[in-house]
Amino acid sequence: MTYLKFGIAVLLFGAAPFFLASFHISLLTEILILAIFALSLNILVGYTGLVSLGHAAFFGAGAYAAGLIGQHVSAEIITTLLGGVLVSFMLALVVGIFCMKVNGFYFLMLTLAFSQMIYSFIYQSTTWTGGSNGLTGIPTPSLLGLELSNIVWVFYVTAILFLLLYAGISIFVKSPFGRVLVGIKENETRLKSMGYNTKIYRYVAFVISGTLGGLSGVLFTYFNGFIAPTNVYWTMSGTVLIMVLIGGAGTMIGPVLGAALIVILETVIATYTDMWMLLLGVIFIFFVIFLPEGIYGVWQRSTRKWLKGKIPQPELKKVDREKVS
Amino acid sequence: MDNIETIIAQFINGLSYGMLLFVITCGLALVFGILGVLNLAHGSLYMMGAYVAYSITVSFGFSFWVALIIAPLTVAVLALIIERTLLHTTYKLGHLSQVLLTFGLAYILHDLAKLVWGANVLSISVPSLFSGSVSILGQTFPLYRLIVIGVGLVLAIGLWWIQNKTRWGAIIRAGLSDSEMIGALGVNIRFVFTVVFVLGGFLAGFGGVIAAPILGLYPDMEFQTLILALVVLVIGGLGSITGTFTAAIIVGVLETFGRYLVPEISMFIIFALMAVILIWRPHGLLGKQVTEG
Amino acid sequence: MSTRSILEVNHINKRFGGLEILKDISFQVQPGERIGIIGPNGAGKTTFFNLLTGDLTPSQGTITYQGKDVTDEPNYQRTRRGIVRTFQKNNLLDNLTVLDNLLLVLQRKHGLKNTWFRVRNEKNYEALYEEAEELLETWGLYPVSNKIVKNLSYGEQRQIEIMLGIATDPEILLLDEPTAGMSQTETDEIVRLLDDLPKDLTIMIVEHDLDVIFGLAERILVLHEGYIMNDDTPETIRHDARVNDIYMGKKGVS
Repeated sequence: MTYLKFGIAVLLFGAAPFFLASFHISLLTEILILAIFALSLNILVGYTGLVSLGHAAFFGAGAYAAGLIGQHVSAEIITTLLGGVLVSFMLALVVGIFCMKVNGFYFLMLTLAFSQMIYSFIYQSTTWTGGSNGLTGIPTPSLLGLELSNIVWVFYVTAILFLLLYAGISIFVKSPFGRVLVGIKENETRLKSMGYNTKIYRYVAFVISGTLGGLSGVLFTYFNGFIAPTNVYWTMSGTVLIMVLIGGAGTMIGPVLGAALIVILETVIATYTDMWMLLLGVIFIFFVIFLPEGIYGVWQRSTRKWLKGKIPQPELKKVDREKVS
Repeated sequence: MDNIETIIAQFINGLSYGMLLFVITCGLALVFGILGVLNLAHGSLYMMGAYVAYSITVSFGFSFWVALIIAPLTVAVLALIIERTLLHTTYKLGHLSQVLLTFGLAYILHDLAKLVWGANVLSISVPSLFSGSVSILGQTFPLYRLIVIGVGLVLAIGLWWIQNKTRWGAIIRAGLSDSEMIGALGVNIRFVFTVVFVLGGFLAGFGGVIAAPILGLYPDMEFQTLILALVVLVIGGLGSITGTFTAAIIVGVLETFGRYLVPEISMFIIFALMAVILIWRPHGLLGKQVTEG
Repeated sequence: MSTRSILEVNHINKRFGGLEILKDISFQVQPGERIGIIGPNGAGKTTFFNLLTGDLTPSQGTITYQGKDVTDEPNYQRTRRGIVRTFQKNNLLDNLTVLDNLLLVLQRKHGLKNTWFRVRNEKNYEALYEEAEELLETWGLYPVSNKIVKNLSYGEQRQIEIMLGIATDPEILLLDEPTAGMSQTETDEIVRLLDDLPKDLTIMIVEHDLDVIFGLAERILVLHEGYIMNDDTPETIRHDARVNDIYMGKKGVS
């Protein structure tokens, strides 16, 4: 079943450029990039229970690193991708050491502080990053010498990475390690008394989350060809947090839905009005008050209600079968 | 740094900036300390105060003093509406929902302000009474900055007095530790929450008016202010007026000297300070351990 | 004595601010002993437990476990060494299933705690699930394996609490009021299960229900105002005048 769904997704993404206009491909690419970004934050927020308000720092680190490597070293995707991911990985290693010392509100504030440090560094360090003007003149990415000048190529690169990451994260969160993270979200005290050094787990989750956030930043430079300091600003951290929460934190498909909804809405709304933040705020508040479990949570709840009595719940089935035998 | 006079001049500037930060932050600290709500819309309320004051003084031509009374009251009413219609629905949903709600509100107010007042940089002039300058130790200082220092001091003493010496203060301090106990005292806890949130809004609006002649009005002002206020709040420690006051002065002076000496990394220094404090003393300089929400 | 003591507590002191909760506590535990700890509310029983498990560190004194000084070791490290606790108030993973709660305990023992790229399910980890099912059977929780913990009755949650402790493979098990708030039938069931535990397992138990304590323990410590007032057999304690005075007279003891 899982393989089938995955296969269908591969086919759909593979075929998309053949029946979608390039505008829509571009939109889809943006959604996938931000979906990766949201998925990476979800590891922290949804699965480990650590609400970060500084995730844009990693997005920005990956994006700027990829841009600068593209300018000064090589525009080869393999180089920029590895370089960008490595930079965000190292950043997460360092920032994580500090952030793991605190919990809850203090974690939120500390991640915010670090991301603002990165932001002010990028904003004020004009010689390297272009400061408030942003980083311009990033060369078109190339793969094995072939220039990826067409959006379709960028789309394919993004789609492949998205599918790999989606599958990978799905396995990760269901692995014994991933279950420990969920346990920490639920009740860290208990996990400690079970014999888990929870700080290390939180640290690893933080580093994975930051590294993948950086990866989405790298993809964003391919897609956008330009990086502005606003991509590192805390409103960016806020937006990705909104995507995760609106979609459904702690689920796999939720953040993807959230990213899709936000990107599509922003694109549609932009043609009518520039009051985008107002609308986003209204939608977000609506979800916070009325649908705190997010889009996917609502969908799950309603289908479960609808299916009740028709299909036995899969989880229960397993143990019951054993009991009979 | 060239000489002692420059140091003094920068110090006084830093002090007045710190006092402004205190005026802006104390409402945030009050609401967080008592309600446990981290109000991410606090910066927006501050901004509304400034913009309403702009309309009163520039568009309608009233004096600064009228604005100083009307604008904070307007913001307080806005806070009342927010608390009654939205915030009270989230008390049962937990602290995270409240933080997120106020975050959404900040987005909404941002666009509303842009809609009404546009995206240009605006300014309010200093009231004529305080527009002069005074000379201290051979240096001239804008009188208004000194007035701001005085206002900050008075507010700090006033809040300290209310919190420690009055019945209301006792109720408020109890709310910090034990909301059930207040219920037993026969005080309507909901009412206390509403009053505190409205008071926080009033203080935010007041800060907006006071700061407008110095910091100006521009898009995104609320986020910059909010971030600084959060930094002050964290450094000072939650639920401590004395801590907030100390932290505001430290941040104000440090930021002023930083901008003078190493403008490239002035903001970086502030956030680094906050990170160090959070790691070294997770509950702030003078904060007491508040149970986590 | 021929056996070496498994746990040694030497002159432990615990202060919170100016308040001294525990004063100069010293005693030794022999392997396989079953020790009951009683004392009126506020005598410092839970604080005492928290010091043994590493949830708190003592202000003074040392704790030695199997010849090793563990005074400054964090709680998870002590759990790995075999000092395992249950909680007075249910402290479970409320939004997960019973099975999930148990698997988290078991997977560490099975050396899977750092396996991060293999889905944890019955097919991939047969031995793990088998052990889980056995334990669930023993504790009569099999029928609710896949129920979310918070939807279960208080008594069932209490049972899970103790089951998790035992699943951790303790060498010394610290039970913090295992039967608190349970009905008589549920209490009897717990007592029966505790009785069935292997005889070489060392148990320390804090309990308000004196019948449970006197039934299980072969040695009793009486804590009073932060001191160990008595350290003796149940029989002696039962007839001690001072204990009867300060403890039995108080409210809240059945």
